[in-house]
Amino acid sequence: MQIEKNAVAGTLESSDAMVTVEPAENGIELDISSSVMNQYGRQIRATVLETLERLDVTSGKVTVVDKGALDCTLKARVECAVFRSCDKSAAGIPWGGVIR
Amino acid sequence: MKNAVGREIPDFLLENGKEVYQGKNYMDGKYVQKASPKTRRYEKPQESKIVETIKDALIQCGARDGMTFSFHHHLREGDFVVNMVMKAAIEELGLKDLTIAASSLGAAHDLIADYIEEGKVIGIQTSGIRGRMGQVVSEGKLKTTAIIRSHGGRPRAIEAGEVHIDIAFVGAPTSDCVGNSRGIGGKSNCGSLGYAMTDAKFADHVVVITDCLVDFPNMPASVEAIDVDAVVVVDSIGNPKKIASAAARISQNPRDLMMAENVAKVIASTPYFKDGFSFQTGVGGPSLAANLFLEKYMDEQGIKMGWAIGGICKPMVELLKKGKIGKVIDVQDFDLDAVNSINQTPNHFEMSASQYANPANKGAFVNKLDFVVLAALEIDTGFNVNVLTGSDGVLRGAPGGHPDTAAGSKVCIIVTPLVRGRMATVCENVVTVTTPGDCVDVLVTDYGIAVNPLRQDLIECLDKAGIEHVTIESLKEKAYSMVGRPDPVQFEDKVVAVLEARDGTILDVIRQIKPFTFED
Repeated sequence: MQIEKNAVAGTLESSDAMVTVEPAENGIELDISSSVMNQYGRQIRATVLETLERLDVTSGKVTVVDKGALDCTLKARVECAVFRSCDKSAAGIPWGGVIR
Repeated sequence: MKNAVGREIPDFLLENGKEVYQGKNYMDGKYVQKASPKTRRYEKPQESKIVETIKDALIQCGARDGMTFSFHHHLREGDFVVNMVMKAAIEELGLKDLTIAASSLGAAHDLIADYIEEGKVIGIQTSGIRGRMGQVVSEGKLKTTAIIRSHGGRPRAIEAGEVHIDIAFVGAPTSDCVGNSRGIGGKSNCGSLGYAMTDAKFADHVVVITDCLVDFPNMPASVEAIDVDAVVVVDSIGNPKKIASAAARISQNPRDLMMAENVAKVIASTPYFKDGFSFQTGVGGPSLAANLFLEKYMDEQGIKMGWAIGGICKPMVELLKKGKIGKVIDVQDFDLDAVNSINQTPNHFEMSASQYANPANKGAFVNKLDFVVLAALEIDTGFNVNVLTGSDGVLRGAPGGHPDTAAGSKVCIIVTPLVRGRMATVCENVVTVTTPGDCVDVLVTDYGIAVNPLRQDLIECLDKAGIEHVTIESLKEKAYSMVGRPDPVQFEDKVVAVLEARDGTILDVIRQIKPFTFED
């Protein structure tokens, strides 16, 4: 998938994360801040990169402001932001396909 | 050198007879030479000890560079006294190289972080350290190594002369003109003054700071005029709204209530739950709610609580007033109901921190305690508890009476949710050991109960009562399956604080925090 315009998913509530995606060239530019950075920073990065790879997103600026979200929440927020960025979040989401 | 809880203690800290933690009751039977203060004689009768300003009191007490000032924390997050005194000493008198030895410090004392950064305050000895002060100490900006002690460890260290107090400052809700001080009867009431009592007896000089001058004699006095050099009357010693909260509300959170009910079940399953039993609880949600369920079991079995101690709050006072507790003995008050009850409700007494929890005296109250219910930031599979450092390694808590009551009591129950957000409360290794696992007996979480294998007797009690329990390892795995396995927190080498066990040995050290990077 391609990030076509700026899009946001998630909130800054505790145990959630706010994910912002913006179009960019030349690969993924990832910026993470987290309330649990010391113990989970690497896992958050791995989860976000895995999710982007699964969605076949190869370029874009991705900003994650994490408030202690679990992995499943992080995945869902990244997926939603990417789908919104190309106006595909309203219908026809591939449940069981790349969204699993 | 590794200590009994597996923590590596650097050799440079083991000077002048300082030892690493060896296990519970290691110092039992040893003798201690108590220190004595050098105090001034006031033989000529004085009509009044009132001086105009804090600066005048400091001058009268010979304040100079390098001194140690002590404070108590009954005014909690409403306290104005620490900042007022340090401001006068540093900004009006130009003093430097000062050490603050307080029973606890909090976010009310953010100003002190500036004095640490400026090098004016070079030493901190406390139980609690939070807010900006916790941050700057964790960043290694304090000139000397901070010392963290429990509420019982502090009077032990003062009596043994390990901390010598040059001037003790007592924030007193009421005082008379010669320094008889009480925690009630004024406009900034805090109830008990228990933490100030040892300071007043062992400091060279004592200054009372009050915002409510009352007629002589202010009796019964918590801090006595015979120990007081000077009295300063100020506009306000603290913000009453932050000193004592309106009654701490019992949690309505069903998860807290379920854990609280399980705590009460565990208590009722032991042989110590009989008429006249003794009890202490923290003021966290589930710990406090345990009172409710305990009352039900007491009524069912027709028994009463003999006595309760601790930081006191409304549920205890209510049980006392209903005649369900014989006596309440009180070192600190958390809410207005407790403040308004101490020394007013029959059988609600005040005690000093030493009487409460000092392991080196001849028998503190904690030693007679049957049950204590406590919270934890983290607890590891060795039952070691952390209540001091956050998951980022920054100082933001307090051992308080946790290690003292855990060590003294017959049954120590930790009650905590298995995870908080993404933080696993039950974990492989706590960041800092504040209460050693050999003092912790039962863990109650929202996903199950675990009993310390050291307490086979309690395991039998639970089995007999049909209370399910699991291993603490399985609780840890459950937590990690939900939130993921955490990376260990990274630290620099520099030791910024020493955590003393209550007996004075070294339980753990806190190192300078390392800014997080993805590379390693």
